Amino acid sequence: MTDLARSLANISQTEAGPKRKRLALVASKGTLDAAYPPLILATTAASLGWEVGIYFTFYGLDILHKDRYQKLKMASLANPAGPIRLPNLIGAIPGATAAATKVMKRWMKRSRMPDVTEFIEMAQGLDVTFFACATTMGVMGVEEGDLIAGCDIAGAAKFLDYAADADVQLFV
Amino acid sequence: MTQTNEIGDIQVAEVLDTSGLLCPLPVYKAALVLKKLEPGDVLELTCTDPGSLEDIPALARQRRDVLLAVDDRGGVQKFWIEKGEGV
Repeated sequence: MTDLARSLANISQTEAGPKRKRLALVASKGTLDAAYPPLILATTAASLGWEVGIYFTFYGLDILHKDRYQKLKMASLANPAGPIRLPNLIGAIPGATAAATKVMKRWMKRSRMPDVTEFIEMAQGLDVTFFACATTMGVMGVEEGDLIAGCDIAGAAKFLDYAADADVQLFV
Repeated sequence: MTQTNEIGDIQVAEVLDTSGLLCPLPVYKAALVLKKLEPGDVLELTCTDPGSLEDIPALARQRRDVLLAVDDRGGVQKFWIEKGEGV
């Protein structure tokens, strides 16, 4: 969105009267399958005209990590609903995770669903706020420069302050 | 909201076909078009995602647009949405 469009949107928002709805999401998991729900909900809510913020914490922070978000994986291990349903013993064999990830990506592509990269771009294009958990960054040794551009580094209090004014709060 | 098979004399400003696309894409793409339209303009939207029958009315309600008509032809749905003043 251009600056002009954004300022026009802000004007119409204040003139419109009713407060804009807000969605606050927590994305706590960094597997490929777990990355989709928060991104789908965020882009949908933003399409409805809502203000949206996602707090990426613990493994969820990988979704914002420059070197990792395009390489998210999912395991069949301990995931009986996964795309390839293997006994856990076999799911532990090297290559099983890569196979499950490949099938998941094929499913999404076949359904013409955007991939994680595209969802991130869609969300950013709709001005979704990406909060990066400051504690996770400290614990996992992630620097600001490791994250995709435009993240808002936030502690729990800052996010809760944002979430307290939200109409919908969800933990994914 | 009027259930109709004949849309008649509604002036359509923009046409969008999301056939084959699943949630959230019909809503996402429709919202992108609606944002660019002027209040009062009408978008003619085609969807095949079964969820769209409820999703598109929800989109219109949340964005404060007006859903003028729905044509559900079993598997293919057409919506006529008039952009409101709200968003």
